[in-house]
Amino acid sequence: MMAEYQNILTRVQVRGELETGVPADNNAWPRDGTPFFSYLAGKIGNAQIGPIYLGWTGLLSLIFGFIAFEIIGLNMWASVNWDPIEFIRQLFWLSLDPPSPEQGFKIVPPLNDGGWWVIAGGFLTASVLLWWVRMYSRARQLGMGLHVCWAFAAAIWLFLVVGFIRPLLMGSWSEAIPFGIFSHLDWVQAFSLRYGNLFYNPFHMLSIVFLYGSVLLFAMHAATILSVSHLGGDRELEQITDRGTASERAALFWRWTMGFNATMESVHRWAWWFAILTPLTGGIGILLTGTVVDNWYLWGQKHGLVPMYPDMWPGVVDPAAQ
Amino acid sequence: MRIPVYGYILGAVTIMLTVPMMMTWEAPPMDTAQVGYRGTGMELISNPRLVAKNAAAVEIPEAQEPAEKSGDKASDVYENVPVLGDLDQAEFDRLMLAITEWVSPEEGCGYCHSDENLADDTKYTKIVARRMLQMTKTINNQWGEVHAQPTGVTCYTCHRGQPVPQNVWSTNPGLPEYGGIAASRMGQNLASKEVGTTSLPYDPFTELLGKDGKIRVAATTVLPEGTMTSSIQDTEKTYALMMHMSQSLGANCTFCHNSRNFADWSQSPATRVKAWHGIKMVNQINQTYIDPLASVFPDNRKGPEGDVLKVNCATCHAGANKPLYGANMLKDYVTELNAAKSQ
Repeated sequence: MMAEYQNILTRVQVRGELETGVPADNNAWPRDGTPFFSYLAGKIGNAQIGPIYLGWTGLLSLIFGFIAFEIIGLNMWASVNWDPIEFIRQLFWLSLDPPSPEQGFKIVPPLNDGGWWVIAGGFLTASVLLWWVRMYSRARQLGMGLHVCWAFAAAIWLFLVVGFIRPLLMGSWSEAIPFGIFSHLDWVQAFSLRYGNLFYNPFHMLSIVFLYGSVLLFAMHAATILSVSHLGGDRELEQITDRGTASERAALFWRWTMGFNATMESVHRWAWWFAILTPLTGGIGILLTGTVVDNWYLWGQKHGLVPMYPDMWPGVVDPAAQ
Repeated sequence: MRIPVYGYILGAVTIMLTVPMMMTWEAPPMDTAQVGYRGTGMELISNPRLVAKNAAAVEIPEAQEPAEKSGDKASDVYENVPVLGDLDQAEFDRLMLAITEWVSPEEGCGYCHSDENLADDTKYTKIVARRMLQMTKTINNQWGEVHAQPTGVTCYTCHRGQPVPQNVWSTNPGLPEYGGIAASRMGQNLASKEVGTTSLPYDPFTELLGKDGKIRVAATTVLPEGTMTSSIQDTEKTYALMMHMSQSLGANCTFCHNSRNFADWSQSPATRVKAWHGIKMVNQINQTYIDPLASVFPDNRKGPEGDVLKVNCATCHAGANKPLYGANMLKDYVTELNAAKSQ
């Protein structure tokens, strides 16, 4: 009986008539594509695929995104002299790096010294911003609030801080993050080493709080709803018109477990704020690094943030200072 | 619960991606030793099976029979002995035997000496060997207290029965790249064994172990005052060197550094001071003893960029934080290896 509703995939596929949606008369473009059902899609969401509204923002966003992807990929491939085997073998190690420190914040650095990075970054930024506009206009068209596009804007903020705003303030593209799987991780570590351990950056601390908090809230909320799905707890319409079984049970579970419970509305506000505050605070932390604080550990020491421990190796001093 | 077909496909793909990655991992359990104050993560982690395997692979040759002094200086008996001429002839002979066993056991005396005339300087290896004897003396004396003692070094520390030590480096151009207007790799972004299979700069040695390059990169002031100008790229180069040191010594970061602020000396283990001198020593070895031999070495003893094969931490350490796991071979050759004089 338990296995009945404890399933990793959606159990019920609702299939009615294929629907094209409400008329899209106010839009510049029609919705494209003939809708169809997909069994696999139905396992993880709605079984109907399409139609999709592309619009000029969506079209340009995809084109710009593809250009950025190609610039990055082709430069990576060129970096192993167009060797297809090395390209696949080294793929996770390959990278398109920002200009070297000598280039400063030149708008047009040489192509082989970060120029392609600036161009790819420009196209990627345009792509991401156009996608944001698309989210905004789609939400407006549907008469929705703007929560989704503002949440996306929070992620764009962090993206722009590490790739553009902070390098601009530092006066050097070389401070920016590379495009590459391992190389961007190396950047994160080198950034923390150069600027004295990011763990002592209070905004980094806040970002971690919101990140872990998001994970906790997501797990609590999803688990709560799934645990009452056999009572219809996942069916929003029924919950609105006929409260009583699933939703009440879910709420009472938390009230009786920890004395307080979120409401059907507030849990989503909690989750939304935690999620957007993760990149917002993280971006602030990155932006302050190197611009107003050079060494976060020393900053923490100055402000009483760093605990002192017994000296385990007395007498060790910098040999270069002797 | 019924698992659908694509469940199996998904599982198979996951295994195909995960297993090759797992092959690069070390199997637990690890040994963990706490070395610092509790709760600070100051722990040394080692794999006892790997350490046992590496240690078992180390063979320490028996010391040569002690020499009975002949009373004659080597320079009185032999011709053309500018470096070891002051050594007693018997001790000189003993050292020659030892060197043959340490460096060229298969090739024999003829690896350095001409068969017709042992005094001949026709073979480049003999010129190199003289310089290496002077180098060994410098390491054990000038660098003895701060780095090389108490283990000490002999020819065997690096050579281990091979004419060319196993762990050496030369300027590394990496795989061919297209160049032109395509983005330069900037000396990084390849999977590189030298730096722990990371994508960090694959040749931190040319600058940092060959030219006394600047290693310190962390900011020294709370606020940006312009005193530290190192870039992210400089930091990655230092990071790459540290990965090499970590691999060479079979030790994690906290062997030398504290876990909170890598740059802070006042909280660092004493081993860091020893390592600092080690970096200085390696730079001196490369610049004073090895690079100047460029004109002596033939092309097949040079790297792809035409520079001589040089020394880094792994050359002596070879995965152990004390070379040869601390076996002191020098004690049996103190007289012989300290006799080298400058030419």
